[in-house]
Amino acid sequence: MIRITVDDERFEGRDGQTIAGVLIGAGRIAWRTAQTGERGVFCGIGVCHDCLVTVNGLSGVRACQRAASDGDVIEREVRA
Amino acid sequence: MRRVAVLGGGPAGLAAAQAALALGAEVTLVDEGAGLGGQFWRHHDTITDPRLTHGRARFDRLRGALEQATVHTGASVWSADVAASVTLRAFAGSADGPSRRSLAIEADAVVVATGAHDLALPVPGWTLPGVTTAGAAQALAKRDGVTVGRRTIVSGSGPFLLPVAQSLALTGSQVVGVHEASTVRALAAGWLPRPWQLAGKAGELVEYVAALARHRIPYRPGSAVVRVLGESRVEAAVVASLDAAWRPIPGTEREIVCDAVALGHGFTPRLEAALSLGCAIVGEHGARFVAVDDEQRTSNPLVFAAGEVTGIGGADAALAEGAIAGFLAAGGSIDDSRLRGPLAVRRRMRAFAARLERAHGIRQGWTDWLDDDTVVCRCEGVAKQAIEQSSHAPMRAMKLASRAGLGPCQGRTCGHAVEEIMAQAGGRPSGFDRRPILAPIRLGELAGQSGD
Ligand SMILES: Cc1cc2nc3c(=O)[nH]c(=O)nc-3n(C[C@H](O)[C@H](O)[C@H](O)COP(=O)(O)OP(=O)(O)OC[C@H]3O[C@@H](n4cnc5c(N)ncnc54)[C@H](O)[C@@H]3O)c2cc1C
Ligand code: FES
Repeated sequence: MIRITVDDERFEGRDGQTIAGVLIGAGRIAWRTAQTGERGVFCGIGVCHDCLVTVNGLSGVRACQRAASDGDVIEREVRA
Repeated sequence: MRRVAVLGGGPAGLAAAQAALALGAEVTLVDEGAGLGGQFWRHHDTITDPRLTHGRARFDRLRGALEQATVHTGASVWSADVAASVTLRAFAGSADGPSRRSLAIEADAVVVATGAHDLALPVPGWTLPGVTTAGAAQALAKRDGVTVGRRTIVSGSGPFLLPVAQSLALTGSQVVGVHEASTVRALAAGWLPRPWQLAGKAGELVEYVAALARHRIPYRPGSAVVRVLGESRVEAAVVASLDAAWRPIPGTEREIVCDAVALGHGFTPRLEAALSLGCAIVGEHGARFVAVDDEQRTSNPLVFAAGEVTGIGGADAALAEGAIAGFLAAGGSIDDSRLRGPLAVRRRMRAFAARLERAHGIRQGWTDWLDDDTVVCRCEGVAKQAIEQSSHAPMRAMKLASRAGLGPCQGRTCGHAVEEIMAQAGGRPSGFDRRPILAPIRLGELAGQSGD
């Protein structure tokens, strides 16, 4: 089992899941604010960039591609 | 020894690598996924439900053969050049991570097997959280063992909707319905003649149909989700009957409560690598593929292409084409008796692909379900109206004026829709898919490359 935090909220996931997998598994389906509203996963395979998050301070990481690591600190990205 | 590079580790790339190894070539395979298998064999060793993986034995054999090859997974190829030889450049490491390794692969020939991604047509409300592509629903179910919603509607076209519905059901979502845009008449015209061409695929399809029945999932040809409703996430969807041109029939709309919608109207090839290797492309806007001859050779004699980049025909076609491409790239001859099997499968699967297109190909009337203010380009939030207004401009000017296709996905998601909207407004779309850099990379990584 792994634990990550997203915007200060804690989530538990299975070892090996992507960040998107952990969040969706916990019932959270949106984690980015785009021009037209909230977004989460769209393509699921790294093509659309709808799922971007900041991971441990590094922005622009595709949540559907990055495997979640225990202790990851994740922040929402906001686009005005 | 002949050096063969294989770009892509899906069915086509794996078969190419195996065939090239069998001829004694020195093979390097690169794939950006964390594991091998591509879309068809996407999996995680401990999380994936084995009921969602087909042809696992074949995958294990192909992966086993790679012991003789150099394999780079988690490696995104961002540049591909060909002159007297081929050079691929990649960054390897955790996806979008800070300290990825830089790789340069030199080869005498390359097999481009970069596959395809979903083509999901826009629908009013499709930017709401809870709407995903059908492929995303499949990938999340297979790779992560999760589903986005508890009640999902699957809408689009093509036989791929069936395994998606099955995976969703097995992963714990109720599938409220599968809405196939093509009418019963189009399906019958495409599928009923020459059923023997379905050999191979037929067994899999029968299994999916049985799964629909077992999970009591209604399959409704001639209908589609034409609007998604909700405040900050999906709360319901409007489904309507369609005519043969996929125009919604007024008065047939029905609202259905759900919390997820999976959209898939076919696939679009990932042409970036082939384009930057200078390969000729065939086809019209919306259905452009890498042109190959019978030897899977592109317009550049050092570059071969196989799988969904050359046409959408499913995993069996990809395996056959990959085997031929890898064999020829390693210096083999098309007359070699070892290619008899793959050549026969390719012939059958090309017929299958033509029927797939006939039965399920996108019809133009779908744009009728858009409103003027429906977002078409998800990255930049560009509405249909804005695209129409600059439809007569050349592609570059259209992009700059409307900003469609200028966001981080570079038009990968909206390309087909933008081109169709431009064409219907009387414009002449061209080359929406030209992108200088094949895969997303960080500026710092690019800067680190200068000087070598
Ligand atoms: C999300 C999704 C799910 C699918 N699921 C199924 C399914 O369950 N059943 C089914 O019958 N069909 C499925 N399909 C259809 C599927 O595309 C084909 O049947 C089959 O996988 C095609 O094989 P391929 O080898 O041509 O391409 P793919 O399997 O797509 O393999 C292409 C590979 O190239 C890699 N690649 C692409 N660009 C780069 C780059 N720049 N650098 C490094 N690597 C790169 C990709 O990571 C990928 O692994 C799915 C398609 C999609 C898009
Ligand atoms: S959901 Fe499309 S890139 Fe992650």
